[in-house]
Amino acid sequence: MSEAGQGKKDAGNGGEDPRYKGIDRVLKKLQFKQDGLIEVLTAAQEAFGYLPEEVMIYVARQLKLPFSWVYGVATFYHFFSLKPQGKHNAIICLGTACYVGRANDIVDAISKEYSVEPGHTTPDGEFTLTTTRCLGCCGLAPVVVFENQVLGKETPEGTIDKIKMVLAGGSLGTAAAPVEEASAT
Amino acid sequence: MRQQELMEMAQNERDRQGKFRCRLLCCASTPCISSGALAVEEALKKAVQAEGLQAEVETVATGCLGPCSRGPLVTVTQEGRPDIIYESVTPDIATRIVAKHFKGQAVPELDKNTIPQDWPFFAKQTKLVLAESGNVDPEKIDSYLAQNGFTALSKALREMTPEEVCAEMGKSGLRGRGGAGFPTGVKWDMVRKAPGERKYVVANGDEGDPGAYMDRTLMESDPFRVLEGMAIAGYAVGADQGFIYVRGEYPLAAKRLEKAIRQAERKGLLGSRILDSNFNFRIDIRMGAGAFVCGEETALMQSIMGRRGQPVPRPPFPANRGLWGCPTLINNVETFGNITTVISKGAAFFASYGTEKSKGAKIFALAGKVNNTGLIEVPIGITLREIVYEIGGGIPGGRPFKAAQTGGPSGGCIPAEYLDVPVDYETLQKLGSIMGSGGLIVMDDQSCMPDVAKFFMEFCMDESCGKCGPCRGGTVQMHRILDKITNGSATMEDLDKLQELCMMVKETSLCGLGQTCPNPIYSTLRYFRDEYEAHIKDHHCPAGVCQFTEKPLKIAVA
Repeated sequence: MSEAGQGKKDAGNGGEDPRYKGIDRVLKKLQFKQDGLIEVLTAAQEAFGYLPEEVMIYVARQLKLPFSWVYGVATFYHFFSLKPQGKHNAIICLGTACYVGRANDIVDAISKEYSVEPGHTTPDGEFTLTTTRCLGCCGLAPVVVFENQVLGKETPEGTIDKIKMVLAGGSLGTAAAPVEEASAT
Repeated sequence: MRQQELMEMAQNERDRQGKFRCRLLCCASTPCISSGALAVEEALKKAVQAEGLQAEVETVATGCLGPCSRGPLVTVTQEGRPDIIYESVTPDIATRIVAKHFKGQAVPELDKNTIPQDWPFFAKQTKLVLAESGNVDPEKIDSYLAQNGFTALSKALREMTPEEVCAEMGKSGLRGRGGAGFPTGVKWDMVRKAPGERKYVVANGDEGDPGAYMDRTLMESDPFRVLEGMAIAGYAVGADQGFIYVRGEYPLAAKRLEKAIRQAERKGLLGSRILDSNFNFRIDIRMGAGAFVCGEETALMQSIMGRRGQPVPRPPFPANRGLWGCPTLINNVETFGNITTVISKGAAFFASYGTEKSKGAKIFALAGKVNNTGLIEVPIGITLREIVYEIGGGIPGGRPFKAAQTGGPSGGCIPAEYLDVPVDYETLQKLGSIMGSGGLIVMDDQSCMPDVAKFFMEFCMDESCGKCGPCRGGTVQMHRILDKITNGSATMEDLDKLQELCMMVKETSLCGLGQTCPNPIYSTLRYFRDEYEAHIKDHHCPAGVCQFTEKPLKIAVA
């Protein structure tokens, strides 16, 4: 316990930020074993939304690993992001089935509409466009994950409409919409 | 827990289920949930409650049934009557299903949502691994026990020695389902014989191949089967610790496995002194963090140990020096799914399916331009035509079949003239593809082959771990040439250079990712060379995909 508090002070956070608590919990659960680095970083990313440098330094101190080692792991895996993510995140699946279903057109259309490259965030920090390699929903190709909902059988126009709606402050609620229609008939 | 208690528990659960007049099974795997299965389940429960039928009808959330593009699926099982499966169910349809079956209302509009009894999608399949998927509740161990769950582990512990278990695996002819097809019995025996105080069992669930989701479905739909298979493996090789490496993109699978492990531990089916024997076995989950190369066994072990997932040279093989230097058994999740079948039904039963050299059945994820997409389990040796045209129901719009892509970025394309060859490890290899983990993408005449090769090369380029030069640099150069071919700036010399590069990368790369990444180019060049030449010589894309925006640069050759 005291060790954890020490490390926080070293990292220059004064041990005040409550988000470090989640990291500490995982560290303790893994008994500060160096093998648990990926789990710790996953917890850190969940708490912070991305991996700021001081968090990586904190993790490195706690696990008694060189910072370069932590940085190496954080940059190796696609899941970890060293940059803050936008408020809304659209993940376009580029697996083979989605590729055959022309998911590339969706990516192109979105990046044109919001002038944002895949993997980047719009300057206002509102929207991030991400691509991924197969979500395993190939029966629904092409697949887009937006607002933590898996949307199947997407089209470039349909996806942009949904993004516009959410960015304008609306909510998705796609699952509910067709249902109401059906029961009304 | 003893054997006797295990049987009692199973019987109790069977009695409990038998009390219900009818069970409503609602598929709750990722694809069905994406199309709204949770709302459907809710609606079913509400409707049953509204009719006051809770004592007679049970609603269960189960695993995957297979035809994922038609979800959400609801199965109505009634004693003495054939099961009826409804597709594309909405909450509204769900209430109508309840009305039809329990109030005797005639609901003719439900007919279009009813899957016909003799639908070839189901009729042509042989379910060995997925036998209980779509039938058991993946979040309740009792449900699995009622289907004779954990009897295979009990049989192995009480009646067989580790040697006998390994021998049984060898006799069954089971081969690794991860792609390479290494005989499972031989691998188990190697780990069993390897000297070492501690040994480990690892289930590889880092299913990185785009277009493949067999492992995810198995982990989500029948997690107990995987755990039981791993425990049997642990007993056979003398390990007391197992890891399941789950791909980071599969949070639901990890959640269900976690739950399954906890339930099994509480019942004494995992942990210390399993089933009152001297055998201890613990299983932990490790989550991947999004790196394709971690599917390679040495990279996967690095990742389990919290390092960058970079492969290391083999030998020493993991069977001798694996996790933390100890002998380690690594098998695919689907391989572990086969173990209970082999042990409980016997090697001879298992070997009665499949071809001479490849036994059993294989799960494929059928996707792409085909009418019925989804997960299928077919006996090895079935023809591609049966898969595409009978199970898959042909190609939408009656378009011609052009090629089937198997094995993901390490595999290749099989053209139409080989539709009638049997699908097994050897034949596919001869055709320049591989069985792979089981992704099967059907392409019609609207797919451009050089573009497909470019797609896979881009994938390998992104996913190359950067450790060895041939793969790190070779994939970039190969991608560049393919880019030139598809944008019109390539010359015939580039094609020669591409082939030379393929050979170089294949021969000199460190791990499987690099050694197999030229396969998509090789196989498309072999069967569709005319398309490459049409791109280069005539600036014409036969499939109408590529935009020729560039021109070849003319350089005077000195």
